[in-house]
Amino acid sequence: MTFIDIRNLRKSFGPATVVHDFALAVERGEFVSFLGPSGCGKTTILRMIAGFETASAGSITIDGQEVTDLPPAKRNVGMVFQAYALFPNMTVAQNIAFGLRVARRGPDEIAARVEEMLRLIKLPDIAGRYPYQLSGGQQQRVALARAIAVKPQVLLLDEPLSALDAKIRVSLREEIRSLQKDLGITTIFVTHDQEEALSMSDRVVVMNEGRAEQIGTPFEVYNYPRTRFVASFVGTLNILTATVIDAENGRLAIDGREVLAAHTVEGRASGDTVTVALRPEAVTFGEAADGRDELAGTVEAVSFLGAVVRIRVRLESQTVSLDAFNQPAVRLPAAGEPVTLCFARDDLLVVAGG
Amino acid sequence: MAAGTIAISKPARRPSGSALAWIGVAPFFLFATLFLILPTAFLIIGAFQDADGHFTLVNLTDLSQPTILAAYKISLEISAASALGGALIGFALAHAAVSGGLPAWIRPTLMTFSGVASNFAGVPLAFAFLATLGRTGLVTWALMQWFGFSLYATGFNLLNFFGLTLTYLYFQIPLMVLILTPALDGLKREWREAASTLGASRGQYWRWVVLPVLWPSLLGSTLLLFANSFGAVATAYALTGSSLNIVTILLYAQIRGDVLHNQNLGYALALGMIIITGVSNVAYIWLRGRAERWSR
Amino acid sequence: MKASRIGPWIAVTLGALYFLVPLIGTFEFSLRMRRGTYSFDAYRIVLGDPNFQASFLYSVVLALATIVVGTLLVVPTAYWVQLRLPKLRPLVEFVTLLPLVIPAIVIVFGYLRLYNSQSILPLTDSSRGTDLLLTFGYVTLALPYLYRSVDTGLRAIDVRTLTEAAESLGASWSTILFKVIFPNIRSAILSGAFLTFAIVIGEFTFASLLNRPAFGPYLQLVGANRAYEPAALAIIAFVVTWACMGLIQVFGAARGPTQPK
Repeated sequence: MTFIDIRNLRKSFGPATVVHDFALAVERGEFVSFLGPSGCGKTTILRMIAGFETASAGSITIDGQEVTDLPPAKRNVGMVFQAYALFPNMTVAQNIAFGLRVARRGPDEIAARVEEMLRLIKLPDIAGRYPYQLSGGQQQRVALARAIAVKPQVLLLDEPLSALDAKIRVSLREEIRSLQKDLGITTIFVTHDQEEALSMSDRVVVMNEGRAEQIGTPFEVYNYPRTRFVASFVGTLNILTATVIDAENGRLAIDGREVLAAHTVEGRASGDTVTVALRPEAVTFGEAADGRDELAGTVEAVSFLGAVVRIRVRLESQTVSLDAFNQPAVRLPAAGEPVTLCFARDDLLVVAGG
Repeated sequence: MAAGTIAISKPARRPSGSALAWIGVAPFFLFATLFLILPTAFLIIGAFQDADGHFTLVNLTDLSQPTILAAYKISLEISAASALGGALIGFALAHAAVSGGLPAWIRPTLMTFSGVASNFAGVPLAFAFLATLGRTGLVTWALMQWFGFSLYATGFNLLNFFGLTLTYLYFQIPLMVLILTPALDGLKREWREAASTLGASRGQYWRWVVLPVLWPSLLGSTLLLFANSFGAVATAYALTGSSLNIVTILLYAQIRGDVLHNQNLGYALALGMIIITGVSNVAYIWLRGRAERWSR
Repeated sequence: MKASRIGPWIAVTLGALYFLVPLIGTFEFSLRMRRGTYSFDAYRIVLGDPNFQASFLYSVVLALATIVVGTLLVVPTAYWVQLRLPKLRPLVEFVTLLPLVIPAIVIVFGYLRLYNSQSILPLTDSSRGTDLLLTFGYVTLALPYLYRSVDTGLRAIDVRTLTEAAESLGASWSTILFKVIFPNIRSAILSGAFLTFAIVIGEFTFASLLNRPAFGPYLQLVGANRAYEPAALAIIAFVVTWACMGLIQVFGAARGPTQPK
């Protein structure tokens, strides 16, 4: 059943429209990420859900109640901000208790709830400290505890990990996800980091220029990008331009070399230009066997990334990158060497918006 | 808090080294000693001496003469009134400019203007108020001409407590705007938003977050304004001549012509001023340290 | 949200009125010298007054001397404290704030007692000596502003790295100070300098009690004896103050967009 229902949402600042007719249905308990570059409108939508921005058009419904024009204080949403935003004049315990105090709960109930929250975020001993005495990661956990202490219907996270160190970022995202699952709280998470979005979410909304380019599970968004933008923003796909030879049978030419796609190229005629995407890990060296396509070129650069070695191969006018596992026993081609590449036909994706 | 001073520094990374390192700051300390410490110390010591240089407390008890007490009283009143008024109005103005949702040009205009007005003190400021609110001033004339309202018939006088306070506000308000704006900038938008998602009303947000965060800055700035007007001489002197009996004008007359007929009593008068401005300034510095603690 | 903007508008409007009305009033008053019509007579008389020219020039020279002495005192000190004696910073900062704590009239009172004809250093005996004392007095008054400005400027650049880089290239101490440090905090020094100028140009208490023919005492004298000229002088003083603040903005902004406010 749909818990948050967003319909035809639009936001304009003067003549500039930053969100165009955005629609999304979020299930109860679902974890949805808004992924996109800065300025794509993801934070604006989140702020409209929270009530900090008024929608220019459209509606937002939470649990059957329309909240489009309600003030933030009446929406019962919890929010965690990028810049911690703990109240500096209050201790950790007072910060977590803030919402409960506003709701005029009894002191015993507040104390018990605060203690429960501190255990939940695995920081039971810091109740009496002030925010300036905490690390960034600790502050963000307290901010999370403060947001969920009042048992909000929806949890909104606005790039909560962006200001943290790389290591804490990874551990905290796992913690947030498991906490969210345990509490079953419907969550919307805004980020520009594709790894965060893919690893945490039930569904990802990839956004660009105020529009949702694709909505799907992390698996779908990563493996089957529907547009060129999604393909380039999620993961490090090779984006190539191909010419259609025979649309019905999926015959294409990349830099003059004929390849066969697994599916027909819909809506295109022979001679049209299309965009195709190819994941680096799907490409290997060697000649094509049955059901595989083949390209030839010259190695242009070899970069060592640790477990993986990324090799850039120049075809004619375009380049293809491929990832090879770093195995000391296997000799990899060096720059300048001519090579043959192959990949499965299923991995060659014809992308819309060419 | 234990760290009540302005200790903003980080511990030294490199040992201070030889005595040679101290030569670099020697000119500064020599200057400060000669032109700041010694002159003040001379007066302070003089306040505890009689005419023959013997130790005495008589000068301090003599400060209780009616003229001197009255001078301190009216100085304190004017300083307190102009500090409180300046703080309240300055706070309102700064808040309006920082988070009032006004057009973007308002804020830089206000800041530049405050920079000018807070330095536009002294003799010219007195002239400006005489030309505006004096007996033949523009506003006095306009009130009479347009509204048939006689300002001076109400007992208004530019040369008394009220008039001087009104004049002092001209540099007190902008000074408050200049000191308080950084503190108001320190109020993060996220605090207000976090409070509102947690259900807090505007009033609750102000009571529980804004005022507790701002009070050291507010109180400290008010104290600075207080000391600022307490030590002011030129505006009052140019406005009232020596007709208004405030401490600075009394001291001015004493320096000029020993009107108290006792040099050492003059030193005691100065000591009293140092104590009053000193206490309020030290409190200001301490409060500023407190205010900065949270933003670190 | 619309309703909450009325309050800020009222505050700003009242504030603007409070600050503009005296200026307009003063300007209007300054034009009233000739009966029945507006004229710039008051300005002509003031600007043609030899005493105005002399006292204004005297104060300008004094302000420039204050800026030079103050800069030469403050910059090496702030630099040295940051580089070698960071432990001293609280003490130095406290001393530079003292002129805000001790009223100017008290400081000059001390000067008159300490440097009179009976003292070891009888500065007030000659007018050159008194000029010198007045300059030092103004340096004292400007100390809080100059030091803050320079210290902030020094913190914005990496003093230690700059110094070490210059040292490694064989620069002497004077070269480092005048060719490396000064140019890098030029805008901070200029900001402090214009503020100092604005403070010194119309200063009354020090100049009057030390009996020097500065602009401040001249203003007071004119105010006590004339009707329309003081208003013209107030407008001139306001323009000078405004020019100083404007120049601070110009040179502050010249640091470029990378500098935080």
